Amino acid sequence: MNESSPILNISIFGVFVLVTLFVVIRASRNTKTAADYLAAGRAFTGPQNGIAIAGDYLSAASFLGIAGAIALNGYDGFLYSIGFLVAWLIALLLVAELLRNTGKYTMGDVLSFRMRQRPVRAAAATSTMAVSFFYLLAQMAGAGGLVALLLGITGAGGQALVIAVVGALMIAYVLIGGMKGTTWVQIIKAVLLIAGAGIMTVWVLGKYGFNLSSVLGAAVDAAPKAGEKLLGPGLQYGKTGTSKLDFLSLALALVLGTAGLPHILMRFYTVPTAKEARRSVVWAIWLIGIFYLFTLVLGYGAGALVGPDRINAAPGKANSAAPLLALELGGPILLGLIAAVAFATILAVVAGLTITASASFAHDIYANIIKKGQAEDKDSEVKVARITAIVIGLVSIGGGIIANGQNIAFLVALAFAVAASANLPTILYSLFWKRFNTSGALWSIYGGLAVTITLIVLSPAVSGTPTSMFKNADFDLFPLSNPGIVSIPVAFLLGYVGTILSKDKADPVKQAEMEVRSLTGAGAEKAIAH
Amino acid sequence: MSTVEHTPSESEPDAQKWVEVQASDDFAQLKSRLRKFVFPVSGLFLAWYLLYVLLADYAHGFMSTKVIGNINVGLIFGLLQFVSTFVITTLYVRHANKNLDPLAEKLRNEIEGGGK
Repeated sequence: MNESSPILNISIFGVFVLVTLFVVIRASRNTKTAADYLAAGRAFTGPQNGIAIAGDYLSAASFLGIAGAIALNGYDGFLYSIGFLVAWLIALLLVAELLRNTGKYTMGDVLSFRMRQRPVRAAAATSTMAVSFFYLLAQMAGAGGLVALLLGITGAGGQALVIAVVGALMIAYVLIGGMKGTTWVQIIKAVLLIAGAGIMTVWVLGKYGFNLSSVLGAAVDAAPKAGEKLLGPGLQYGKTGTSKLDFLSLALALVLGTAGLPHILMRFYTVPTAKEARRSVVWAIWLIGIFYLFTLVLGYGAGALVGPDRINAAPGKANSAAPLLALELGGPILLGLIAAVAFATILAVVAGLTITASASFAHDIYANIIKKGQAEDKDSEVKVARITAIVIGLVSIGGGIIANGQNIAFLVALAFAVAASANLPTILYSLFWKRFNTSGALWSIYGGLAVTITLIVLSPAVSGTPTSMFKNADFDLFPLSNPGIVSIPVAFLLGYVGTILSKDKADPVKQAEMEVRSLTGAGAEKAIAH
Repeated sequence: MSTVEHTPSESEPDAQKWVEVQASDDFAQLKSRLRKFVFPVSGLFLAWYLLYVLLADYAHGFMSTKVIGNINVGLIFGLLQFVSTFVITTLYVRHANKNLDPLAEKLRNEIEGGGK
């Protein structure tokens, strides 16, 4: 009875795909202009966009990953979710509204606003595509592990096929629906994910008389090896001085990275005004916060009801904690639902990443650099975005198949570290520092990107340890797997030094325009009526 | 809500207007109201988060002290991070609705010529 049923799992996922495809096709009927395709006509309401942001942000890594980390490593898993949540305050207070008021489709719009267009746009597009690609690769590779777990497909060929199917579906969503379709997929997925997690949370709590302390106690009893240590910090990161520093570095990248993730930033352009952008973040903060509270219960609940031995023995290890808990609670049907939600999660996140990367290429590189602004808002911009989406989709299918089974945690860490190092300093400087100029922007973007990638390549995540990407090579000169503690301050410093050393005095009129527009919303892109 | 597609060339205020508005008292007021809230609050929540991370990283004994049943100091501290995030969110929205939006709207109408 209590067995996973791959056919049931696939059927439920199939229903999700059909429903979302229907919604995407309906949503695409009004997609005509570039603003429709790339920014959903700026017509979503704050609450809708807030739900979509939660859908974009709560990736499989944060659902399966955090629940699993709490189940196996206890408190240290919980630490992730706090960084992921607190990070939203930076987006709310410092970035969302000002960005909505000054930009059009991409992060590059804001960064290049008062700078020399072409070099800064090229830099912003490079970093957008780097972050999106690392994130995309992690999601696609993660899909392989998930398939093994949920569909019982363990062969490399079968997993490659499923990765290709996920990639093809994602390309279809993005091509047909553009930003509007993608947003609806994220809204549907977020509702399913949060509702599913909420039901399981109440179920787990109900088993323990709605007493969190009893859930924690049961998790301790079920884990004789970790025991009481499960409830306090340090099980995963507290072993050595280096691992503690590594955790501090990760915590910095998490809290500073979110507001620099291009696929999150782009979501702020889908609402009509800055005030709606603010409402979206407020909705996102509540939904994401509540969801992470659910994962706390689910993680310890999985530890208590499934136990670490069964989780570790399952394919996908930590990632299987939440699905196994679903099986334990509600049998194959609940597992099927949770499995479908997990797939939907990957699908929605990769679609969001793909449209972001393709928008940056079409808008920053094609329309503004190659065509020098002549192609902006023309049909060719949308056409280039669609072609780019196909290319990115194919590359990420290939990359996902190659990276399948690799240690992918470092890819997500890398995406957040690049976002925190290359993007956030540049965004903050251009919004708040009058003197900031083109040279400073280039130094902080390229410098932050280069330092982060170099440190990751030289880290133990890539070589020198049994869990590294290249186990047999040994060039781990930098001791930490998370570069943030070095790369973030360095990038801020580079932006400062690059500005000061340059003779460029920054255009005061453009600075006035940007500052007035960012704070008042005058001249901001308006919504489109159909 | 304006529903006309934005056409930059016809309604765009000229460069001089931006400089004028930037130098106006109303704008200085708006800017200072925004910055006086977001900068200190950002510093505060980042410091509070950092304190929490450092305690979780380097004060295992303290964080593992049990308070009620199996609920320990670390869990309470962690949940307080959720509470502070929700509280700051609410306070900022109240501040923005009351003190920022009316002034921003006034300036926006001035710049865009009394609305379209």
